[in-house]
Amino acid sequence: MSAHVTEPPRRPEHPQVRTRLRPRAGATRLGATARSEWIKLWSVRSAPAALAAAVLVVVVGGFVLGAGYRSGWASLSPGDRRSFDPTFTSLRGVQLAQLFVGSLGVLALTGEYATGLIRTTLAATPQRAQVLAVKALVLGLVVWALCTAASFAAFAIGQSQFTGPVPHASPGGPGVLRAVLGGGIFLTLVVLFGMALGALTRSTPLGLASLFGVLLVLPVAVQLLPGSVGERVDPYLPGEAGSQLWRVVPPSPHSLAPWTGAGLFALYVAVAAGAALVLVRRRDV
Amino acid sequence: MDTHVIEARGLSKRYGATTAVDRLDFRVEPGRVTGFLGPNGAGKSTTMRMILGLDLPTSGSVLVNGRDYQGIVWPLHEIGALLDARAVHPGRTAYRHLHSLAAANGIPRPRVDAVLEQVGLTSVAHRRVGGFSLGMSQRLGIAGALLGDPGILLFDEPVNGLDPDGILWIRTLMRSLAAEGRTVLVSSHLMSEMALTADHLLVIGEGRLLADTSLDELIARGAGDRVEVRAVERARLAAELREVGAEVTLEPDGTLQVTGVGSAAIGELAAARGHVLHQLRDVTSSLEEAYFRLTEGSVVYRAPVPA
Repeated sequence: MSAHVTEPPRRPEHPQVRTRLRPRAGATRLGATARSEWIKLWSVRSAPAALAAAVLVVVVGGFVLGAGYRSGWASLSPGDRRSFDPTFTSLRGVQLAQLFVGSLGVLALTGEYATGLIRTTLAATPQRAQVLAVKALVLGLVVWALCTAASFAAFAIGQSQFTGPVPHASPGGPGVLRAVLGGGIFLTLVVLFGMALGALTRSTPLGLASLFGVLLVLPVAVQLLPGSVGERVDPYLPGEAGSQLWRVVPPSPHSLAPWTGAGLFALYVAVAAGAALVLVRRRDV
Repeated sequence: MDTHVIEARGLSKRYGATTAVDRLDFRVEPGRVTGFLGPNGAGKSTTMRMILGLDLPTSGSVLVNGRDYQGIVWPLHEIGALLDARAVHPGRTAYRHLHSLAAANGIPRPRVDAVLEQVGLTSVAHRRVGGFSLGMSQRLGIAGALLGDPGILLFDEPVNGLDPDGILWIRTLMRSLAAEGRTVLVSSHLMSEMALTADHLLVIGEGRLLADTSLDELIARGAGDRVEVRAVERARLAAELREVGAEVTLEPDGTLQVTGVGSAAIGELAAARGHVLHQLRDVTSSLEEAYFRLTEGSVVYRAPVPA
């Protein structure tokens, strides 16, 4: 059947409505997006819970590992004593915290896709790349601030446990302040990596699997490579490269320098984030 | 000035070999409820997502107030939409959900309380929406659509799954929004619902525009009032009616469907020619029939008719 198009009848008795509501004076697009994302972050239980868990494991990790090394110091081998890194030891809660922070990053995106909320979000703010970037900025800053504070707390608590024969680090020592700051920076990169992978996969299971596959499973898989290949590839993996930033004593002769490693990890994150920014503009939601 | 208008030109969306929306041309005007009508799978939701800049057209365009949606800085002030009532984070309260939307468009906070009041959700504003019934979720979605006091409103199947009270409420709301001079586009697959709500209809099937017409006109066009006749000698009667200019079809159920000649004339002719009639009945085709005739052949998912 062919389309039968008629001129729609006008209804002069219905004048057009004059809508009165206008955006707040001085509102900027960027500021409005940031406010919206800030409200969203704190108005569900999962985000504050994950952030609290991350802070807690970093701080408690400082105490538990500090106390553990102090009481077990006598039974350590001379080699282990020589390679003991008091700064890194007090910060090891960061390893566990990356699970919480990484999941938070993935879910910040995939949670919106799973519920369909992303459509509401992008209908309210059609500047898609801006939404993604501002989301990353807001969550990144929050994670950075909290995890940096947690790293300092863990460092202080951990060093307070290292008494007697156990060597302890002071903030003025070479590389120590950098390593403590590195805990917060590393976790910030992890949350951004999670967000980028969440935006790329748009699926919670896929996003989590890809993030932790890269950060945790890949290093194990690489160890299985024949000969010394694994040993040589390992330092270039994202997690391994990034974690040099919060160590003072490098774990292996092949390890990258702290800022080189962190830079490489940041590069991986930037590539994933760049891909996410390109795709979010092209894909239907 | 082009305000409160949605305009599609050659709007198309293909997914691989499937054409979901096929060269749609239409204009949705203010001051009336426009029903966007078509069977499930006809392309209504895809079209609505393209209006909102969520899906990108394969070709053609659709403009809101003369602009591409993605170029609108504060869209909630121009167009509000309810696409999927369940598209909310279940762990967020109704208030915070609306507050985050308001913040995204520079809408002052008191407006959140105002729309919650308007949709009747004030008492549950601080409850998490995961526990909301479908009806409450629909009201929340509508509150979100009204938040920016927009001149255009889009509702995708808003009455699905609602109880009669809720349906009546939405119907009344849409009518009053249009009466204020706003543009209201509401999709539905139910002709009966549209008959009660819409002034104007866009009928689509298989992604193509089948009609862009007022409700009254559609009924008039689909109607073509006919007479249903049962006669003993139906073949002879059919031939004799055709001689006097009627259009006659012989239906499998044994009836003759006659158009072009009224029931009185048929009765007189039958008496004069010595026919025995078992039935002579005027049939006014309903809106449902008009809709069915328009869309038959364009229904994507249809169960075989049981024998």
